[in-house]
Parts: sequence; structure tokens; C-alpha cells
Amino acid sequence: MLLQGNEAIVEGAIAAGCRFFAGYPITPATEISEVMSYRLPAVDGTFIQMEDEIASMGAIIGASLAGTKSMTATSGPGFSLMQENLGFACIAEVPCVIVNVMRGGPSTGIPTQVSQGDVMQARWGTHGDHPIIVLSVSTTQDCFSITVKAFNLAEKYRTPVIILADEVVAHTREKIFLPHPGEVEIIDRIRPNMPPDWYIPYEDTSRGVPPMAAFGEGYRYHVTGLVHDSRGFPTQRPDEVKGLMSRLFRKINQHFFDIQMVEEEATEDAEILTVAYGSVARSARRATREARHRGIKAGMVQLVTLWPFPRQILEPKLRKLRAVLVPELNVGQISREVKRINQGVTRVETLNRIDGNLITPAEILSRLMKM
Amino acid sequence: MDNSRYEIRISGSGGQGIIIAGIILAEAAGIYDGKYVCQTQSYGPEARGGSSKAEVVVSDDPIDYPKAMKPDLLLAMTQKACDAYIFDLKPGGILMVDSTHVKQLPTTRAIALPFTQMARERTGKEMMANIIALGTLVAITGIVSLRSLEAAVMSRVPKGTEELNKKALEAGIEAAKGITDKAQEIGMEFYESIADE
Repeated sequence: MLLQGNEAIVEGAIAAGCRFFAGYPITPATEISEVMSYRLPAVDGTFIQMEDEIASMGAIIGASLAGTKSMTATSGPGFSLMQENLGFACIAEVPCVIVNVMRGGPSTGIPTQVSQGDVMQARWGTHGDHPIIVLSVSTTQDCFSITVKAFNLAEKYRTPVIILADEVVAHTREKIFLPHPGEVEIIDRIRPNMPPDWYIPYEDTSRGVPPMAAFGEGYRYHVTGLVHDSRGFPTQRPDEVKGLMSRLFRKINQHFFDIQMVEEEATEDAEILTVAYGSVARSARRATREARHRGIKAGMVQLVTLWPFPRQILEPKLRKLRAVLVPELNVGQISREVKRINQGVTRVETLNRIDGNLITPAEILSRLMKM
Repeated sequence: MDNSRYEIRISGSGGQGIIIAGIILAEAAGIYDGKYVCQTQSYGPEARGGSSKAEVVVSDDPIDYPKAMKPDLLLAMTQKACDAYIFDLKPGGILMVDSTHVKQLPTTRAIALPFTQMARERTGKEMMANIIALGTLVAITGIVSLRSLEAAVMSRVPKGTEELNKKALEAGIEAAKGITDKAQEIGMEFYESIADE
């Protein structure tokens, strides 16, 4: 099959069990809404075009609370509008998937050109201390499999998961192989198995993820954006406030090894390393192969999980390297993280491009040759 | 490194069917010929008149970088596109232009055919120029089989326009034959080197 990245995201979502989509079309994410509008009804799902992105985010939270896996898709301007409700999904622990196909910004920016400017916004866009899972995609095949993974993580940890795509991967048509439905691992949220009267909706568990009842199944409970106690009602008691906040972090932090994903290319004996993500990772992969071809001991780590930042995977590698190169389509967002965990161990260099075009393999290669 | 990688850039202005031509070529290569393929595009915010560009990378191996680095073939449907991209062309690469719109050729080693004029005369519709150009492009490069190209065109075009598109394809292939025959006549090795690839 020849699919656009955006179309593959839709196929991934449907394979993962997504049956509700609410969104507002926006370049370069429009194809996701467009394809969802006819793919979802075909599988007894629901597609709604909302009045804006604030409402879209609200609608998918509602659908998820009612027990349906749900998703929205947007680009920078719409992603900004979603931030408040995104925080609601974090604190109320509502699983959902938000796709942000990054365009050049800020504001309306360059709708049809590529950028990676929303990495930090995805991490800290909504206010308050909160954990969040952010994944990035770099090929059409990724768009399918990472979207499935995003739904699985959302369900498993009862959290919103953000997929950061960019204009290049979203619009690249590429040959991909879709697995048969039975071959895809699908994870569903844990539902309560006790009678409704015994159900404590925000009870602490060893995993830190309480079972989630669907509205309409007889389990009455309160959902709020206020900090709440284990029954879902607002609280200011320090022990309860701390209990909730620490559990929100703990449920993600204690599962880093499940959540943090990278792909590696020729890293075993690498002396210089490129750390890249999204479409730039494809340029980096090419540059790494060309560098190896010329006898340079180059390797590459492609970050699939951007947040929580895969420190545990990257940190041990840094100690064995002469230098690290971080190419990205912004003035330096992930490179700041690499520098933060590097703590001066090795040399971290940046390669930034903000003119609306993809960093080319030649640009990366010429830097690798000088390092 | 991946010697089978072949990069094509199709360029012109919005409304000329540049991107659909790229999609058709990519589907011919990926679906009907079973090769690895990546098709990318870039366009402005305008619906018509802005610059438009589609790229198709075809390979026997999985493709890392999805865009053209040094196109093996550049098809320019406007003067502006020709001027903008000619210097990206790989040394020895093929420049193909629509001479209806491209009046100033930057090199003598170019395939110049009046695709738009041919479209007007042969099909009565200027918008068929992209399909004619595709026919010529494929007939000259052999990057996909003509049968695959026809299948891809037929599955993409609106119902009721199949005959018209077939006519356009044939016009393009015929024009290509004229070119390759002529090249042989004057003993140009340019086109033979393409056949070797």
C-alpha cells in the first residue's frame, strides 16, 4: 500500500481500537480528519468536526470517559488551543491521543512547511507540574505502529499521549505493510471488577493506575480538574494533594523502561553519535550510513519517545563518545535536554535549521566529517 | 550505497497537476512494480498559481532520506521551475521541460516538448499535459513499466476520463519514441546511458 503519513496515523488509530475522533481541520494535519470522516463510520465509530480545537479536546475527553478510545489531530495553532483541556486530561487521568503535525511557527507561521518547534510545548504547554508522554514519528510505517503504541500507552497509564509528527512525514507517500488485525498488540484500560458501591475511582494501586469505569455502566463518580481525593472530590488536605500529584508522576516514572523507546543505528562501536527524531532522523540515518561508508565511526540514536526524555538509554552512551550532534528543525530544544543529561561528559554540538526546509543528509555528513 | 536509488523531481505551478503526477508515478513504482518508493511534495498556501513541486524516490532497497538530494531527472513545466531547480540536477541527469512554457533552455542537453500544446491539440484539454509528460518521462527512463504506469493512471483519474487519459499517455509515449529515435540517429549516447542504469 502507498499511504501518506497522515493516512497511516488513521489506520494505526483504527487498528488500536480508536472509535471516536473530534477535530478541526488544519494544514498539515487535515488529511487525518478527512480520512477519519469516512473510515470511522465504516467501523461503527463516530467522527465529529467541532467548532474549534478547544471543543475538540473536550469532546475526546468526554468520549474517553464514556469508555471509547478517542483521538484528535491538529497543528501548532490548534495545539495551543488544546492546552487547557490537555491539562484536564492529565489530572483527571483520561486516556486519549493528540496528534500534532508540526508546522513552522509561531502563530499561523508557515502552514505548508516543516518544523520541530513544538517539542517543548508538548512537554510544558499545559500549566502546572505534570508528567506527559510524547512520541515522535519519522516514517509512514512509524505513523502506523507508533500510533498503535500511543493508544496502548494512553490506556495502560491513563494519560494523554501526544504524537509529534511534522509536515514531511505527514505528507510523504510511502509504501507500507499493514499487519493483519490479529498481529497487532492492543492494550485496553483496566475496568473495575468490584460492584459499583465499592468502586473508589482514584484509588492508589501498586501500578499507580486506578481501574477506569465507563460513564453509563452504573459506576457513579466525580471527575474534576481540581486536585481531588481518591473519590474524585476536591481536596486541599496536604497529604491528599501530595498523594495525587506523586501518584501522577509515579505511574509514569516507574515504567520508564516500558515508555522510553529509541531506535539505534551502528551505535556499538560509534565514536560520534547523532541524536535525531522525526523526519530529521531519516536524514541522520542516511548521513550515518554515508559516514560509515567513508570509514567514520558514526552512529545514530533516533528518539521515538521524546518525553519522558530517554535519559537512561542515552546517558551510558555519552560516556563512550567523542562528540554528539543534535540536528533539529528549531533553534535547539532536544539539544538542551542532551546537554542537561550530558553534564559536560562529552562535546554536544547542534545543527539547527529554521527556514521551513528539512535538514539534508549532506548537511549532517559534513558536520560529522569535521567532528 | 543503494545504487538503484533514482530521484525524480516534477515541478511547475499549482493547478498543473504536478503533485498528482508525482502520486501516480509513485503508485506505479510502489504498488504495480513492487519497488520501494517515497513521494514528497512542497507547495505554497495558494490553491492555484503558486509554485508546486513533487518528488519521487524509487529504489530496490528501503529508502532512508525521502526527498531528492540530486535529482536524476528534473521535469520542469514552467520557466520559473526550470530556473529554480536546474542547478540541483545530478551531473549527467536528464532535464525535461514543457517547451510551451519554458522558452529559455539553460542547457542544450534537454528534452524539450510542448506538453501543454500537445495536450490542447491531442485531447482538447490543457490539463492533460501532466499525463502526457508522465508518458514521456517513463518511456524515456524506464523507471517503471509502461503497463504499471497505465494501471496507476487509470486507478487515479476520475471516472469517465479514462479514454482521454489513455490518449494523453499514448501521445507522451509516442513523443518519447520520436526523441529516442532521433538520439540514435545522431549517435547521441546520452539516452543509452539511461538504459544502462
